[in-house]
Amino acid sequence: MTRDIVVGANRAMPSSSQHGTEADAADSRQFITFTIDQEEYGVDIMAVREIKGWVPTASIPKAPAHVRGVINLRGIIVPIFDLRARFGQGLTEPTRTHVVIIVMVGPRTIGLLVDSVSDILSTSSADIRPVPEMDRSIDDAFLDGLVATGDRMVTLISLDGLFRSTATSADLLAS
Amino acid sequence: MDGRLSQFLQTYFEECRDSLSVCEPLVATLGEGADQETINTIFRCIHSIKGGGAAFGFERLVAFCHGLETALEALRSHRVVLDRAGYSVLVRSFDMVADLVAAAQTGVDLAAGAEAGLARDLQAWLLAAAPTAPPSPCQALTPSPAEEPVTWRIQFAPESNLLRKANEPLLLIRELSRLGQVHIIADTGRVPDLDSIDPEAAYLAWDIDLTTTAPLNDILEVFEFVTDDCRLTVAQRDAAANGLPARLSDDTAPTAAGPESVAITSNGSSRASASAVPTSAPTIRVDLDKVDRLANMVGEIVIAQSMLAQRFAELGVRDRTEINHGLEQLAQYTRDLQDSVMAIRAQPVKSVFQRMPRIVRDVAALLGKEARVVTTGEQTEIDKTVIEQLADPLTHLVRNAVDHGLEPPDERDRLGKPREGTISLSADHRGGRIVIEIADDGRGINRPRVLEKARNLGLIAEDHALTDADIDALIFLPGFSTNELVSEISGRGVGMDVVKRNIQALGGRISVTSTAGEGSRFSLSLPLTLAVLDGLVVAVGAESYIIPIQVIVESLRPRATDVHRVVGRGDVLALRGSYVPLVYLHRVFEVEGAVSDPSKGIVVIIDAEDRGQIGLVVDDLLGQQQVVVKSLEANYEPVQGIGGATILGSGQVALILDAAGLATSSPHRPGSDSQGGRIR
Repeated sequence: MTRDIVVGANRAMPSSSQHGTEADAADSRQFITFTIDQEEYGVDIMAVREIKGWVPTASIPKAPAHVRGVINLRGIIVPIFDLRARFGQGLTEPTRTHVVIIVMVGPRTIGLLVDSVSDILSTSSADIRPVPEMDRSIDDAFLDGLVATGDRMVTLISLDGLFRSTATSADLLAS
Repeated sequence: MDGRLSQFLQTYFEECRDSLSVCEPLVATLGEGADQETINTIFRCIHSIKGGGAAFGFERLVAFCHGLETALEALRSHRVVLDRAGYSVLVRSFDMVADLVAAAQTGVDLAAGAEAGLARDLQAWLLAAAPTAPPSPCQALTPSPAEEPVTWRIQFAPESNLLRKANEPLLLIRELSRLGQVHIIADTGRVPDLDSIDPEAAYLAWDIDLTTTAPLNDILEVFEFVTDDCRLTVAQRDAAANGLPARLSDDTAPTAAGPESVAITSNGSSRASASAVPTSAPTIRVDLDKVDRLANMVGEIVIAQSMLAQRFAELGVRDRTEINHGLEQLAQYTRDLQDSVMAIRAQPVKSVFQRMPRIVRDVAALLGKEARVVTTGEQTEIDKTVIEQLADPLTHLVRNAVDHGLEPPDERDRLGKPREGTISLSADHRGGRIVIEIADDGRGINRPRVLEKARNLGLIAEDHALTDADIDALIFLPGFSTNELVSEISGRGVGMDVVKRNIQALGGRISVTSTAGEGSRFSLSLPLTLAVLDGLVVAVGAESYIIPIQVIVESLRPRATDVHRVVGRGDVLALRGSYVPLVYLHRVFEVEGAVSDPSKGIVVIIDAEDRGQIGLVVDDLLGQQQVVVKSLEANYEPVQGIGGATILGSGQVALILDAAGLATSSPHRPGSDSQGGRIR
């Protein structure tokens, strides 16, 4: 519980100094970055409501493997999606150090299970590179672009894309 | 349409709904002879619907209301006597007003001239019903003529707004002149030259001396709807001379001074004293969302409270008297708080009941039958979550009662019954549930025909012996309808089974009793709220699930010898001579580490509605508790076999099982030919 961080307007998050100056640019966008298996990903900070530690879930019958179940978020029932499993890299073995990012996707509140949250990334739209065409191992409609920061690369995730395709895969499973 | 106007429109329609719901029961009582106050109240309702309608330009509504007002006015001033024909035409007129309001609200116009026939009927009745020697109107309004007449000086200056709201000064003055002798002087001083006149503005004012025995309230009542839109002074002649007028206007605080003047406190009080309704506690309008938010929050407190109690118990400090005392008090207050909030959201079933007379009238008219509705217990309160779901099944049952239950009038004559059939609706609280009954005095269920039909449909075996109650219960089977003629009223065989399913979805039960030749009685038993339910907490592997108490028949640990495998169907449990299909929850829900042998776990026998009984195999029973029902769909999607979720005292989420959904999702569901559980 003590590890929970609520993301407010002032973003009370550790911010690395190298991006601080770009934050004021008119077309700048901010992302919360997180890691899964050493790879770094980012989601739009405006969609993020809260970051909290992993808590055990109640599993949902007949749900796809990447739906880990539901948790109680102050009285709301919130489903938790295992992003590692969603990315086709096997199920996460969650421990107390794993992190859940609570995001809003349209009207729905959803939790994303990731390994850890690393940073806030400020970048201008111009610095976002398209994802090159490659052989696809998974449905990648949720890939939004790539950002290079120093020697790191951050893969940006479109939540809308992610959950549109999730819905279809869940439908496929159900049928 | 700009936002402000649409906001006003919404308020107007809300007021219309209120007015109509005030009218509806009163109109029904007109048949038993109406008193002055009832007619007054109805008149006011129609008048305010008309007034607002004029402001928004609903011409058809206004025109029709106007005709209706004329009729009510005649009734109120005793120029006509209410007879059978008049009652019928009035009742139909109110239905028409409701239709016109609905048309205005939805923007879907009624067919052209839909109300014209009725308007003509209304007028024809007025002409026909006027008695030859009308009693003096004064007599009706001044029951104590011995009283000394008083002369009032009324200064009345309408503002343009008054006209815009479709009020007519002449009518007001006429109304006034009915109270006694009037002497009227028109003040034309403000009328401008013809070329600068605004045809929609009000320029005239009147000084009226009224000599009457009627009390001040009667005078004020004439102006009841226009006080906001005119300058109005009412004072006794002598008092006016003394400079102590009793004023009533929108910009001046009401004055009450001098022995002669009468205190006029406010517009509201005069209305309240004129109202037929006994003085009730003051009420406020609150947005439903706010109440829902409050109810949700209290749900959280209930959970937090049980969580706290559990934590203390785990810490082993529960036995410390002072902590224990505090916890108990907290539990008590939480329960009281929850009850109070639920009470706020509770509504009388009246809101559903009062739609029924209309439906009965419509259906009866269509079928050439005569019927009336008698309601009792309409003040019985029930949570709005249930009320919302109640209207459809109830409508269906009431239609059925008129369509299938009641005989045509001629047949009733022959049988020695009154031509007019009676549909009675009643509501009552019984043992933490609400019981609603719909009864008719018609022909009752035709058992031979039901039986024959059921056999033809293959729903029961030829040689199956059934009691009367069993036969009556057959009408709830899917696809069952004995009416050969598919009528537009009672549907086409998607009848009682749908009603039953709707009621069961609410956690309710439905039953029927019937006596041939005397009528049928449908009885619905419903929970008071859908926001909380009593549940049995069961364990399956590491998961906990809630089974709603109302579907549970029993729970037991079977002997291994009682569990049998049926080839291709799954396992059944031999229970007192019948076989109950078993549903292994851990298989259906794919839970690992659960007990798979029923004789080592627990079998909970549940009533899965029209699928009969099934036995759920679980690991263990963890306890019984009241749970707050939460939506799983809000952030996820509907899951077959799951009705919702809740939060346990430990803070953990547990899913609530949906018995009917489980039975259909289970691969071991009982087929339609396993009749042991079909007919109970």
